[in-house]
Amino acid sequence: MSSTVDIVPSQIAKQPLRWSLRLRQLSAIFTLETSKNFLGKRAIIIYLLALLPVVMFGGAALAPRLTANFVGLHVAYAWIYAILILRTVVFFGCAWIFMNLFRGELVDCSLHYYFLAPVRREVLVVGKYLSGVAASTVLFVGATIISMLLLYFPHFSSESSRFFLDGPGLGHLLTYAGVTILACIGYGAFFLFIGLFFRNPIIPAILLYAWEWINFLLPPLLKKISVIHYLNSLVPIPISEGPFAVVVEPTPAWIAIPGLLLITAVVLVLAGYRIRHLEIRYGSE
Amino acid sequence: MSETEVKVEGGSPASKSVAEIRSNEIRNPQFEIRNSKSAIRNSIVFDDVSKFYGEILGVNRINLQIAPGITSLVGPNGAGKSTLMNLMTGLLQPTRGRISILGTPTDQPEELFHKVGYCTQFDSFPRGYTGREFIESYLLIQGIDKKQAEILTTTALERVSLLDAADRKVAAYSKGMRQRIRLAQSLAHRPSVLILDEPLNGLDPIVRAETIALFRSLAAEGMHLIISSHILHEVDMMSDFVVLLSNGYVLAAGNIHGVRDEMDEHPMQILIRCDQPGKLAARVFAQDHVVEARLHDDLGGLFIRTRRPDEFHLLLNRIVAEGEINVESIGPVDDDLNAVYQYLIGSEHATR
Repeated sequence: MSSTVDIVPSQIAKQPLRWSLRLRQLSAIFTLETSKNFLGKRAIIIYLLALLPVVMFGGAALAPRLTANFVGLHVAYAWIYAILILRTVVFFGCAWIFMNLFRGELVDCSLHYYFLAPVRREVLVVGKYLSGVAASTVLFVGATIISMLLLYFPHFSSESSRFFLDGPGLGHLLTYAGVTILACIGYGAFFLFIGLFFRNPIIPAILLYAWEWINFLLPPLLKKISVIHYLNSLVPIPISEGPFAVVVEPTPAWIAIPGLLLITAVVLVLAGYRIRHLEIRYGSE
Repeated sequence: MSETEVKVEGGSPASKSVAEIRSNEIRNPQFEIRNSKSAIRNSIVFDDVSKFYGEILGVNRINLQIAPGITSLVGPNGAGKSTLMNLMTGLLQPTRGRISILGTPTDQPEELFHKVGYCTQFDSFPRGYTGREFIESYLLIQGIDKKQAEILTTTALERVSLLDAADRKVAAYSKGMRQRIRLAQSLAHRPSVLILDEPLNGLDPIVRAETIALFRSLAAEGMHLIISSHILHEVDMMSDFVVLLSNGYVLAAGNIHGVRDEMDEHPMQILIRCDQPGKLAARVFAQDHVVEARLHDDLGGLFIRTRRPDEFHLLLNRIVAEGEINVESIGPVDDDLNAVYQYLIGSEHATR
């Protein structure tokens, strides 16, 4: 072991705490976390979730009878997107990714390494959140696009080509992708918050899941306190919510998108406040 | 070591000796109480710090000012050593009081962790990293550029003799190697204050000696090293100052000999090797301050206990000068950390 010491005043210590430094830190945290999100052992679950609709639509593409009615495909995809992709794959995928950003490190007893670095904890929240958004977006937007293309694939030589190249198909595809991105942004913030505030985040996650599912029954004011309400307003083909649904005018995109982003920002600010006061006591986790 | 505050407050349900030590601030000419701004900027200051975990006491009413050098936190399990270290680094927040490290409050991580490195006791690592990646990753998130991070990583690995194993997965490391990689990670960014929670755990004797040598050289360069340990003789060997903790209270703090001198209720024990211990016993036992004189088992020496060691040594000088008794050696028996620890905390916890 070398005992030769050359303690020089750290160059870093003398750097002014500029935004450029914070951006570099943010970029490093983002890179580190993104590689964990994609390559870590915990990523296996989100790969499986993302593959679920792809496998399902791939199967449907191989069974022409299921996709014979081209007009019916639009509504079929709208339903499957709402129930399988949005409410299951994206919801649970985001729950897994974002709750593990902090909770996973608390379970692994490795969060303190971040806390012992000269980085504002709020920067850590933003870096981890953005890495979660990147991972969920890539996987779930990919799943959304591939699923839709697979569904229309049996009609590729005729109606599908016209639908995507000359009709509204491409617009629908991009809109579904956009809604998926917004879902990742919105759910991501909520799940990150839950992962920071609750020792056992499963219960609040289930409550949130139930809240999103009963959204169609809620009175207009309560409907707006959810992610799914804004996302439903944005999908290209709205689905019927049944005879018991409380009918509310869909929120226009110019309100729905900034509204969702605003709620996300508020939740992230609360997460930032929480992490400033978070103590490392692994024994009690 | 020019300055440090040695101020002991707070209450503990411990023994009478502890209460007496507590009630009198330990004064030692070596340690002057300084509260000037420059002193605070150069030291670690605990200002009436308490930490409670719900209703459970972590530490209570800690007032300390620690100067550069090696300071050891000593105490049994649950004494509050790790709590103090976690408070110093903001991993825990005090219920009451304030802490500053070289003038920086512990709730300002951006500034604080340029100055501070902390090797915790948590034997856990982020998954999947090699030793090199582990150190480099946490340098990069500080905003250091890649090239500089590589250089700092290599230097840190070299310092703890782990360069050969740098590209192996941390998960495959032995306990001693994991200890060393955490040490390397904590000093990679060249902090001015290094806080080490049980840093010698799991190290083999050779690496232990090398690590102690490293600590000494870091301290010689003006660095603060705060070390917690159970191994008293190693603490005794390397520490400039000692903070004795028990049940969340500071029982004593300062240079270990200074602390020992203050313990009037425990007369100093001295072993005198001589040719006529019986005769010597008769001579010294006549003194008021000598409370016990006992022959050594081999009859070649005499243990005495005295309340005033200085007076005793003057007396012994006179006896030696008279030429009747041939004294071979004189040495204190309980003027070390282990003895102080036993007196203040209890022999059941002492670990040699």
